[in-house]
Amino acid sequence: MVPSMRRPLESRRHSNGEALQNSGSALRVQGLRKAYSDVVAIDGLDLQVEAGECFGLLGPNGAGKTTTIEICEGLLAPDAGSVEVLGRRWETDAKELRELLGIQLQDTQLSEKLTVDETLTLFQSFYRNAREIDEVIDEVELGEKRSSRVGTLSGGQKQRLAVACALVGNPRLIFLDEPTTGLDPQSRRQLWDLIARFQSEGRTIVLTTHYMEEAERLCDRVAIVDHGHVIALGSPRELSDSIDVSNLPPPEPRKTTATLEDVFVALTGRHLRDE
Amino acid sequence: MNDSTPDVAEREETGMMSPGSQRRALETTKTLSKRERGFKRSSMVQLTLVRFREFVREPEAVFWTFIFPILLAAGLGIAFRQRGPDKVQVGVVTAANSAAVIQSLKKDSTLVVESFDDSAAAKALRTGRIALLVVPTARPDSVRYVYDKGRSDAANARVIVDRAVQMGAGRVDPVRSADTFVTEPGSRYIDFLIPGLLGMNLMGSSIWGLGFAIVTARSKKLLKRLMATPMSRAQYLASFLASRLVFLILEIVTLVGFGHWAFGVPLRGSLTTLLLICLLAAVSFGGLGLLSASRARTTEAVSGIMNFIMLPMWIFSGVFFSSANFPHAVQPFIRMLPLTAVNDALRLNMLEGASLAAVMPQLIVIVVWGVVTFFAALKLFRWR
Repeated sequence: MVPSMRRPLESRRHSNGEALQNSGSALRVQGLRKAYSDVVAIDGLDLQVEAGECFGLLGPNGAGKTTTIEICEGLLAPDAGSVEVLGRRWETDAKELRELLGIQLQDTQLSEKLTVDETLTLFQSFYRNAREIDEVIDEVELGEKRSSRVGTLSGGQKQRLAVACALVGNPRLIFLDEPTTGLDPQSRRQLWDLIARFQSEGRTIVLTTHYMEEAERLCDRVAIVDHGHVIALGSPRELSDSIDVSNLPPPEPRKTTATLEDVFVALTGRHLRDE
Repeated sequence: MNDSTPDVAEREETGMMSPGSQRRALETTKTLSKRERGFKRSSMVQLTLVRFREFVREPEAVFWTFIFPILLAAGLGIAFRQRGPDKVQVGVVTAANSAAVIQSLKKDSTLVVESFDDSAAAKALRTGRIALLVVPTARPDSVRYVYDKGRSDAANARVIVDRAVQMGAGRVDPVRSADTFVTEPGSRYIDFLIPGLLGMNLMGSSIWGLGFAIVTARSKKLLKRLMATPMSRAQYLASFLASRLVFLILEIVTLVGFGHWAFGVPLRGSLTTLLLICLLAAVSFGGLGLLSASRARTTEAVSGIMNFIMLPMWIFSGVFFSSANFPHAVQPFIRMLPLTAVNDALRLNMLEGASLAAVMPQLIVIVVWGVVTFFAALKLFRWR
């Protein structure tokens, strides 16, 4: 059921344009600025994410990715610039936007004393229309852990629960901030499948990652952000093609063979390790 | 029949690749509305349940809220209990007439009588084992008392022993007297202590319950995560109060119930008024808890703030000893402290049976503190 990872963007834009109300763009950011007391985190950033797209924000630490995402999530107010999410603005439609967005933050620790089930039931209770807990738990493959306390979960399981909390409100757009950081290859692949399935339902994903391979695999388009603004934008293929190959160091031998991760997954299998 | 049904099923079976079916998938994902999910899965109930679960699954919190106050009350109640009039220890020197004397003395239940030979008697008197020594003489109508007249218990023993001896010998008092004994619960230390402990407990669990939980959620970025959902902020705060009110009942029942059952601490006022005082106290201290938590980013910081708020009240507000011990000049300030008002109101209600109207001045102090701290907290509060 997992669709091909990379379909031509044009056809996608065309097919999903109407799936969202009002606007073909899921996210439109213009002239965004945000300064903290000592640093300018975002300096004139523009972005446009189409409905149904999986969009990646790449960039080194401190480039402004998380700040950008948090402004788009309505958790931070920008100093300047405009943000339009699903055709709505935070200043006027915050309540409605909260219903439509799913969010996974980089460093949230969910309450350790609650079980998986209880945590999801809590998050479910906030939404006007929400998905069944059972279904979401199945989707993130936490069925065996549903009555375990969050404190006893592994890092990968906690991350999957965080994603489940983002999905339970039946969002049209999800923001995932480094969803696969610190995960083993099995958990990471499982999350990739999940993201692909989510996208195949016509929904939009905005994610940040430090893994270029992940971005290449999942994202229709990526923006590379540094020093608070976008320095490159396009599909992973377009960006690869834009580099002058003559300046690159000689190709490494593994480019033509399997990567070490391919070996790892081939040897250890794709099934999740939850022990 | 609707002939589009098989068409939809077929399309879903073939996958979601066509534009039409992609839209369909988004719209047909099965969701439940708030009404379909029902009351138990409503956000207010769920948030309150979370408060319960987090509390009950923290054994230390349960200990400090419920077990510790009882241990403290039991320990202090036993240490400062009133034993009633002490028995008077007296000795009788073994002699020819001593049997008759001993018989007379034993009729008085406040006397504990022992007989000694001469040398042992002297030693018992010297070491304070007996307060007074009765020395029968050769004549049956004569007796001698040996005691230290500087010891008050010895002088007391002299009166009791002499009366017993005279009556044993046939004295008839010209006036017949009768005793009615009363014990007055309400004036003992444990009676003073239990309302004080209840007040302290209400303060502690409200301030800790709100302050600590909120700052923990903030420091773990959980507060921020919740802010990203459509959760109502008012409900989030209200859930703390809702769960406090349930635990409040348990706190009152355990502590007051224990004092009443184990030590006979009186409950002279109306229980409704008692409950009202506790309720207002818990909510009002909740305001102080919220204020403590409004800015702090770490649990260490909020612990310091909360102790800074509570410590003066533990000392000044008459928990373990009366606040009347402090100089006259500072009394007006002490009376303005919320815990003083709570403790005074609780004691007036429990020990003196005061009416609701009589505790109104204290209730006003409590409510004003609650209102002021809540508004200040909401003004200062950082959700991130």
